[in-house]
Amino acid sequence: MLVDKHPFLRVATHVCLVVGILFLMLPIYFAFVASTHSLRDLLTAPIPFLPGKMLFHNYYTVLVKGAPKLGVNPVDRMLLNSFIMAMFIAVGKIVVSILSAFAIVYFRFPFRKLCFWMIFATLMLPVQVRIVPTFQIAASLDLLNTYTGLSLPLIASATATFLFRQCFLTLPDELCDAARIDGAGPMRFFWNVVLPLSKINIASLFVIMFIYGWNQYLWPLVATTSSKMSTIVLSMQKLATAADQIPQWNYIMAIAILALLVPLLVVLVMQRWFVKGLVDSEK
Amino acid sequence: MLKRSHFKVKTLAYLLVLPQMLVTVVFFFWPALKAFYESFFIEDPFGIHHHFVWFRNFVELFHSSDYLHSLFITFVFSLAVTVLTLFGGLFFAVLADRVTKGRTVYQSLLILPYAVAPAIAGVLVRFLFDPAIGIFPYWLDKIGYHWNYNTHASQALFLVIITAAWQQISYNFIFYLASLKSLPHSVLEAASLDGAGPFRRFFTITFPMLSPITFFLVIINMLYAFFDTFGIIQVMTQGGPANATQTMVYKVYQDGFLGLDFGSSSAQSVILMLVIVVLTVIQFRYIEKKVHY
Repeated sequence: MLVDKHPFLRVATHVCLVVGILFLMLPIYFAFVASTHSLRDLLTAPIPFLPGKMLFHNYYTVLVKGAPKLGVNPVDRMLLNSFIMAMFIAVGKIVVSILSAFAIVYFRFPFRKLCFWMIFATLMLPVQVRIVPTFQIAASLDLLNTYTGLSLPLIASATATFLFRQCFLTLPDELCDAARIDGAGPMRFFWNVVLPLSKINIASLFVIMFIYGWNQYLWPLVATTSSKMSTIVLSMQKLATAADQIPQWNYIMAIAILALLVPLLVVLVMQRWFVKGLVDSEK
Repeated sequence: MLKRSHFKVKTLAYLLVLPQMLVTVVFFFWPALKAFYESFFIEDPFGIHHHFVWFRNFVELFHSSDYLHSLFITFVFSLAVTVLTLFGGLFFAVLADRVTKGRTVYQSLLILPYAVAPAIAGVLVRFLFDPAIGIFPYWLDKIGYHWNYNTHASQALFLVIITAAWQQISYNFIFYLASLKSLPHSVLEAASLDGAGPFRRFFTITFPMLSPITFFLVIINMLYAFFDTFGIIQVMTQGGPANATQTMVYKVYQDGFLGLDFGSSSAQSVILMLVIVVLTVIQFRYIEKKVHY
């Protein structure tokens, strides 16, 4: 590490960082401030700069009580829906990817290459470009308004399959030889050797995929019609774009804060795995 | 690649790839083929008439000023987002790489926007720029600038651009920081001994060495701007005012779900698939080269 001897440059670096970060944090900070005031406080310009006294009231309203007259329904159910969807997507992606990577690296079978290229091709078919036909197929399979419907069409993962494949290719051949000499079958080898060695990759992928799942927007928007199956991001959007009234900014922001709190905490707590997963899976 | 030491139980291998293959075929290939097929048909909204029309949907798209406009908007939007996020990410990465005190705190804060869903980011920035109560319009008004992104096309486009950039800066920051850490220090130290100051070292050594990662990030940022910004647009402008923020992906959704024009929407999906194929191929060709290099 090169250390510069210019004290001025060092101070300037810190100043730039602090100012830049303050600027970047502005949207999140004002969202939090807005979620602690009454709507009336927010409608008098300029909006307050410091948190108010309505924190408990606002969050209690959006989470438990609701405000039916203003179109605010309690979002506890939506938080749970988001959580279930994110878990299904993250776990599902990891399970299908690790199994197919294991098959592709450790087995010789016809169409092995074809399977690999088919998985690769999913990289070029994000849900946004196949949204209308995927919706029609999910509808014809009776999957709308179900957790399966929310998660299954997003579960294939080329990046996760590549990462596991890459990881398996670096494992020494002797491991497999030894396992076979000891009489272990393929699944025993997978369970006792490959899986424990993939722990770190699983953890990093889980963080990335959980956030990906939690933050899904377009697919839940078309795949759910009942508000019971809605996600937290979706219910925030519905309240924010309701056309016939003044936006209930205090409640909208309380829901927005709830919706961003979970992925934010996941990133902060599991930061090392998150950065590793992000950098590794793109290589 | 296959391991030298491998198994030959075919049925088990098929069972292992089966789950991913099922999802891939049912929810990726089938919809893609359906879009491809539908793009050659015209259907009325009630689904009664279904005519094979060859390439008419495509021809009509490229004769429609609406579609050409959305191509243009997508181009401007993705270019602006790409440039802003590259500069922002590099700026913060270079600074964070230089500090020793408080490094982890800076890093944690700089990656936070990545965790925020695009739709949430949209509503957060919309609150700051709301013409009635937003803090920025309030300040802008004081210096005599009238702000209302609901009626001004360029203001709306500007707003969705900075929101998308705000989110994606974190991603660029992470990748730039990781590659700054992996630069060979001996070269930088040699330059330093030769009397090159920090700025000179950055422009003559660090920056050129970052060009592979920059190229990679250009592609990633373009893919992001094309495909992952739907939520931002939906929450902030719904493609308006006067289609000023209607990107190609947003138009697929609008024409398909709101306009019920499946033929045209499918043709647009096919065009988007071509775009993503081209970007992915460029990205992977480049990575192949990097491995040999």
